Amino acid sequence: MADASVYRIQGATGEWEVVIGLEVHAQVTSNAKLFSGASTEFGAEPNTQVSLVDAAFPGMLPVLNEECVRQAVRTGMALGAQINAWSRFDRKNYFYADLPQGYQISQLYHPIVGEGSIEIEADGATKTVGIERIHIEQDAGKLMHDQHPSFSYVDLNRSGVALMEIVSKPDMRSPEEAGAYVRKLRSILRYVGSCDGNMEQGSMRADVNVSVRKPGEPFGTRTESKNVNSVRFIMAAIEYEANRQVDILEGGGSIVQETRLFDPDKGETRSLRSKEDAHDYRYFPDPDLLPLELTPAFLEECRASLPELPDAKRARYEEALGLSAYNAQVLTAEAETARWFEALLAEAALKAGKPETQVAKAAANWLISDLFGALNRLGRTVEDSPVSPAQGAELLALIGDGTLSGTLGKQVFEIMLETGQDPARIVEERGLKQTSDTGAIEAVIADVMAANADKVAEYRAGKDKLFGFFVGQTMKAMAGKGNPQVVNELLKKALG
Amino acid sequence: MSVDTATVRHIAKLARIAVSDGEVEALVPELNNILGWIEQLQEVDVTGVEPMTAVIPNQLRMRADVVTDGDRRDAVLKNAPLAEHGFFAVPKVIE
Amino acid sequence: MSDLTDLGVAAIRDGVRDGAFSAHEVAEAFNANVAKAKGLNAFIIDTPEHALAAADQADRDRAEGKLKPLSGVPLGIKDLFATKGYQTTAGSSMLGGFEPVYESTVSRHLFGAGAGMLGKLNMDEFAMGSSNETSAYGNVISPWRRSDGGNAALTPGGSSGGSAAAVAARLAPGVTGTDTGGSIRQPAAFVGITGIKPTYGRCSRYGMVAFASSLDQAGPMARDVRDCAILLQAMAGYDPKDSTSLQLDVPAWEASLSSDIRGKRIGIPKEYRIEGVPEEIDRVWEQGIAWMRDAGAEIVEVSLPHTRYALPTYYIIAPAEASSNLARYDGVKYGRREMPDKGGLADMYQATRAAGFGAEVKRRIMIGTYVLSAGFYDAYFNQAQKVRALIARDFEQVWQHCDYLLTPTAPSAAFAIGEKMADPIAMYLNDVFAVPASLAGLPAMSVPAGLNDQGLPLGLQIIGRAFDEQGVLNAGLAFEERAGFTARPESWW
Ligand SMILES: [Mg+2]
Ligand SMILES: [Zn+2]
Repeated sequence: MADASVYRIQGATGEWEVVIGLEVHAQVTSNAKLFSGASTEFGAEPNTQVSLVDAAFPGMLPVLNEECVRQAVRTGMALGAQINAWSRFDRKNYFYADLPQGYQISQLYHPIVGEGSIEIEADGATKTVGIERIHIEQDAGKLMHDQHPSFSYVDLNRSGVALMEIVSKPDMRSPEEAGAYVRKLRSILRYVGSCDGNMEQGSMRADVNVSVRKPGEPFGTRTESKNVNSVRFIMAAIEYEANRQVDILEGGGSIVQETRLFDPDKGETRSLRSKEDAHDYRYFPDPDLLPLELTPAFLEECRASLPELPDAKRARYEEALGLSAYNAQVLTAEAETARWFEALLAEAALKAGKPETQVAKAAANWLISDLFGALNRLGRTVEDSPVSPAQGAELLALIGDGTLSGTLGKQVFEIMLETGQDPARIVEERGLKQTSDTGAIEAVIADVMAANADKVAEYRAGKDKLFGFFVGQTMKAMAGKGNPQVVNELLKKALG
Repeated sequence: MSVDTATVRHIAKLARIAVSDGEVEALVPELNNILGWIEQLQEVDVTGVEPMTAVIPNQLRMRADVVTDGDRRDAVLKNAPLAEHGFFAVPKVIE
Repeated sequence: MSDLTDLGVAAIRDGVRDGAFSAHEVAEAFNANVAKAKGLNAFIIDTPEHALAAADQADRDRAEGKLKPLSGVPLGIKDLFATKGYQTTAGSSMLGGFEPVYESTVSRHLFGAGAGMLGKLNMDEFAMGSSNETSAYGNVISPWRRSDGGNAALTPGGSSGGSAAAVAARLAPGVTGTDTGGSIRQPAAFVGITGIKPTYGRCSRYGMVAFASSLDQAGPMARDVRDCAILLQAMAGYDPKDSTSLQLDVPAWEASLSSDIRGKRIGIPKEYRIEGVPEEIDRVWEQGIAWMRDAGAEIVEVSLPHTRYALPTYYIIAPAEASSNLARYDGVKYGRREMPDKGGLADMYQATRAAGFGAEVKRRIMIGTYVLSAGFYDAYFNQAQKVRALIARDFEQVWQHCDYLLTPTAPSAAFAIGEKMADPIAMYLNDVFAVPASLAGLPAMSVPAGLNDQGLPLGLQIIGRAFDEQGVLNAGLAFEERAGFTARPESWW
């Protein structure tokens, strides 16, 4: 029996292992297209972001966008991959209405990035997934089928937008691993800034290669489900496709190597054979372009511009800041969260006059429980948080120096969320400052004891549990502003 | 290597050129004639020779990432055999 | 005053500058010749208004002392160059009625230098042909006839057949041509004019309808070497819109023209002596060698061992690139569309391309598709690119022994229309001497050498080192001075 954490499909003839490889198409973040000066902005009117190059007019020629090359190289570096200082563009020839040139400029024979890897955590274990290659290529246009009864409409706004195709090795063995891989890849791309990772807008989509085999046997025949555009769908497509293949194989059939389409509504994949008849891409080097040769200076600039990446950052949060593994993981999963946290931390250290290491835990805890909780409620992210890192740091400082109790702190934070005001101002204007004035507290305690003489008697007779009641009454009478520690001490003294 | 009618039909399909039976019949010997003639390249010893990548030594230059084009839909669609509502129109594609 | 249409580019430019005649008069004269020469079918469209507008501008510029390098010179533009607002067909019915909204870099340079356009010149469809018989707009008829009394219509060569005929028949003092595997040089030789294909990358390919991208080069065709130098200087130049464009300043080719080639070594490649080539070709070649020796050059026999593989190499690479370059003609964005009843997208593609392309274009697309298809890439395309590297290496080695090569341009004089259309390989062999320099991207020029026994022009080719257009032009000038070629076809059209 395989161990419980290993993903297996139970078939009638035994257990099946699933083998998964992903080809992720990630739109390169750039202003202009890969080979033309048209904009890449999302959501424009049809055919308004089209140059004559993108529409493949006679005599139009491609000229390479340096930023797209730079981003692909930086991405490769972030994946610890081999960067090929000499690469080349090839034409992939096929006819389709969304492909004006009749070929896609891509890189088959000599991609810009070679082998690398990604560390993922899934099914309770850490695992390395190999990267086979990254190449640069053009996106196709878009076809709309539902606008006219007998025509499809062609919009070339996306035609020529730069994509990185990031090809994994067939190293994943479960839908969870594939999901973790895509999430991790997306995280890295966003850290690097080479892709916005926006799956709803199609900035990232995956071709999902799936095959099944009996454990220990050679790879089976794979199918490729094209253009799956969310982590959930990728996992669903794998699940469906693996089970479909097992059913076929156990029924005595064999798997056809083919391209399939994942239908998110039905949760199933189906054959795309129509688009595929006679597919023979006739790749050859694009004679309109020369080999792409990268200078050491260019490579150095790419490397120098790389930010600290999630794995390194997580390790640093744990080791240097003393954060828990969980907190470090949560804070580094998204570049924006880490950026927010680091801004918060810097401000908090400044305001407290302490090193970051001494304020890190409180900052992390507040961010993860209070801020995330609030943002979740509001349906927002750190990027559009109504509270800024500086304001958060100010709040932490007010709690840290005893101006606010924890309870008052939460109260002030709620007001911050509503009004966007600075915490100090809220405390000032609303008089929410915590008091440690023993005379004032003693006076309140005296009133509370006078009003509850019976309870005082009970307490003194040994009903210790009533202590909490007196704390509550005292705090309530002070509108929550009494320093809980001082209240406790004075109550104990007064009650004897 | 020589081609038969099936191969010629397959190539024509790859190239998206409709061919009649008569054209296929005519193309078979024509293409074989040409293919037989270019076949002589096989006899050249190319051991250790890299395929040519640039005709004249030259360096690929790159452009800056600046939007310099677009916003000219009328020009893009001007010569289209059929354009509607700002789109090129093609016979309906069933996916 | 002699007929203005007897003047070449330099003479017109100088005459306009000196006030000997107006640019307007020149344009009128050539427009009239174009209008009278319909029988040659050299132009697909005439654009007399363009020529006149440029001429009038030239006359105004002269008055204001602002003359440009080509002010007053009307030119014919091969229909492979996109001309903004003027139909550009590449000789194909696929692009019938296509009016680009853009200007090719080469024509933009020429018009920017003050030249006007007489019309768009007929050509082989997508520049695929050596006789101008594949044009969808009809054959171009050479202005030349054999002196045998027969009236056989001859081809002007191709693919720049309209260009060649226009210059030879005095319909234009100069024209643009394009050369993928001899398409400037072979027609120039057939009609007794001069044409130069510069180093690959000298002239931008932006806006030039692509045939085979790694081979296509624009160049001028004119009556003599000086006119070619003037025109090439205006056409060439670095263009950031063409990634294969050479980032080099354009030399002052005309100013540096010199026929003094004393001490230069001229190579005679022994592999260019091909069996079956008519004796008259050898004879004119020997004559050319004698002239070069007379000019003080040293003649050396050299070897280009892979010469015989050049044509088959070309007929793999060029069709392969063409099969891909021509995929964009699919009836969607521009040009022709054929829509069978109840047909889908694939039916539209197939019908459009079946109807829009002629037989030769289809043949080459089929060959190109085949040699790139699964399983054949290494055997054909990759092998051809390796042999191409060897051919280029042959030239590299030969430059250690000589400065230029002198060879025949074509293996025969002009042939009759229809004579070779049935046999594609016989047609392809026309470019046997022209193709090697194309594969290696080298500058090469055809200059008229004399007439054969039937009174038809024969040309010789001068090939030079990469970037050495000046050397080629100078050798051409030395040759031209000695050849003293003045023959011209008698007007029958
Ligand atoms: Mg794929
Ligand atoms: Zn791809």
